[in-house]
Amino acid sequence: MTVPIVEPAHDDGKALLSLRGVNKSFGAVHVLQDVDFDTYAGQVTALVGDNGAGKSTLIKGIAGIYGFDSGRYAFDGDEVTVTNPKQANALGIEVVYQDLALCDNLDIVHNLFLGREITKAGRLDEATMERRAKETLAGLSVRTVKSIRQQVASLSGGQRQTVAIARSVLWNSKVVILDEPTAALGVAQTEQVLKLVRRLADKGLAVVLISHNLNDVFEVADHISVLYLGRMAAQVRSADVTRNQVVELITSGRSGDLGLSPAASLATSPDATTDPTGPLSAVEAS
Amino acid sequence: MTAVATPSASTPPPTSQMVVEPQLGVGDSVRSYVERVRGGDVGSLPAVLGLVVLAGVFAALRPSQFTNAFNFANLINQSAAVIVIAMGLIFVLLLGEIDLSAGFTAGTSGAVMAIVLTRQGQPWPLAVLAGLVTGAFIGFCIGLLVARLGIPSFVVTLAAFLGLQGVLLQLIGEGGTIAVRDDTLLRLNNGTLPVGVGWTLFVLVMLAYAAVSLRRAQTRKAGGLHADSIAVVGAKVAVLAVLLGLATAYLSEERSRNPLVSSIKGLPVVVVLLIALLVALNFVLGRTSFGRHVYAVGGNAEAARRAGINVQRIRLACFIICSTMAAIAGLLLASRNNSISPTTGGAETLLYAVGAAVIGGTSLFGGKGKMMDAVLGGLVIAVIINGMGLLNQPSSVVFMVTGVVLLVAASVDALSRKRAASTGRV
Repeated sequence: MTVPIVEPAHDDGKALLSLRGVNKSFGAVHVLQDVDFDTYAGQVTALVGDNGAGKSTLIKGIAGIYGFDSGRYAFDGDEVTVTNPKQANALGIEVVYQDLALCDNLDIVHNLFLGREITKAGRLDEATMERRAKETLAGLSVRTVKSIRQQVASLSGGQRQTVAIARSVLWNSKVVILDEPTAALGVAQTEQVLKLVRRLADKGLAVVLISHNLNDVFEVADHISVLYLGRMAAQVRSADVTRNQVVELITSGRSGDLGLSPAASLATSPDATTDPTGPLSAVEAS
Repeated sequence: MTAVATPSASTPPPTSQMVVEPQLGVGDSVRSYVERVRGGDVGSLPAVLGLVVLAGVFAALRPSQFTNAFNFANLINQSAAVIVIAMGLIFVLLLGEIDLSAGFTAGTSGAVMAIVLTRQGQPWPLAVLAGLVTGAFIGFCIGLLVARLGIPSFVVTLAAFLGLQGVLLQLIGEGGTIAVRDDTLLRLNNGTLPVGVGWTLFVLVMLAYAAVSLRRAQTRKAGGLHADSIAVVGAKVAVLAVLLGLATAYLSEERSRNPLVSSIKGLPVVVVLLIALLVALNFVLGRTSFGRHVYAVGGNAEAARRAGINVQRIRLACFIICSTMAAIAGLLLASRNNSISPTTGGAETLLYAVGAAVIGGTSLFGGKGKMMDAVLGGLVIAVIINGMGLLNQPSSVVFMVTGVVLLVAASVDALSRKRAASTGRV
């Protein structure tokens, strides 16, 4: 289908992946309500929100772990149906989950090609895989690993994250979704991973970065999308907002003229106006 | 996971990054090996050392009896069945599972083979096929229960251990044993190859090993990757040639106590089978996607699942391989004992096989192990049993010593694992 989708909110060219009015419920819990979401090739979109705002539900829907109940899902301008991970992968959407899913007993090359080994006449083509792994890591300017034949168990947290990210870009991917890639890392390693995130975008990929750390968000993100209790409170350019505005959007769904209308904000959370620290008891959607 | 995995598009142009790596000389190879061992990745070193020490001790205590060609050939024939069971078990152990029933799978498959052969008078290939199919079927059932229903393999195979013991008794019925009289089968684990054939085999194995090593080094060099230099490849080939050459020469000596009556010399026939299985399974584990997936499932099943690997299918396949290998061991046991009895594959057979794998360096926690472990560990156990027998020690002592050796091997595994954890290797 080639039905053109609603015009994007910003003047950043056409969104590579865009969602319009998606809903998702788990039983009686309405986790996502009419959410719009856009990501752009060559740019980093940060997805922020408090615990239970629906971030995980949104990315799992994008990755096809489950389908959305309603709403439109468009990729590269075409409306598509994504209800299982294979369909998402076929479009070039890769997710790096927080636990990374690496095999500690295998080396870096084996992990990069896990499940998609290159074979020649039924045999593993180790030489080709090793060469491509090297090229990919070099293309991402990764110079911190000593040998790509090291077992993954011997790598630091940042290096493991790097391997997981490299695996997601090895296969013609167009959208890479990173779930809290810096959550467990130290200062130097966080810096390394953020640089890598930036490089992914510079290579033309659309990067979605989920993070609780606004320092990280303002360092690398071009766009910030704020989820508030299952609604998209705002999709803004990071250059157009201040840190305080984003904090307010995260905690109360609006900030000045940005964000949800007072009525919508009140409707979802009666105490939002009186409690600036924001609701912490929301349903954990993940 | 893009549907079409076209390799080129996402990778940068290789030219600028392609630096021709230096070749690794003999010194570098030795250094990196020492570093690995110190880091806790001991591999099969403990088994090799254990083998040398044990052989040395027995050779010193019983010079004439232990170190003669007759006994050497005997060792190989004695350990063959345990080694073959251990080879199969390693597939299951790599997943972090266990198969307690492999011993009686050997017995049951052997019994089916013997029944088809002796009671029904069928030719031996048909009987062997029946035995192998029996083994594969047992493995299929165990694998289904473990992979599909998710019953712990310990319980499933414990049940199979008990159940198959009954099946074996039932199959054998009154009379206690089924004789195996087919000459071809009897030769399998008793006979010897003509000396000339033994040497031909030696030359073929060495040529194949050298060719494979050289080709590998050349492909890697051509791809601009770290590669062993000609010197390293040459050194490896030379060491192997000396070891295998000495063994072949030793086994080619006359070892009959009374050469005038009957001459016994040459490699045991079973060596051919062992080498064939070793090469084939090594290839499967190390050079195919399937083998890689076995390690992946053993290392992190969830990661394997997310990488698109069909974890259930891998589990099922490993149990089938394990039981089929046990069936081959059943043929060896039948050949060695000229018969199948209710205790074939029972008693300590299975525990020796598990012990062999662990002594060789395979981890019971999954994800670590290789085929050579079965051979080395199996030989260690055979040397203990054989040597203690020559020292006229009663079974009680043999069991105790075997237990201690297994414990030592497990301690080495645990200690190296600890060391590996502290140096970041697994």
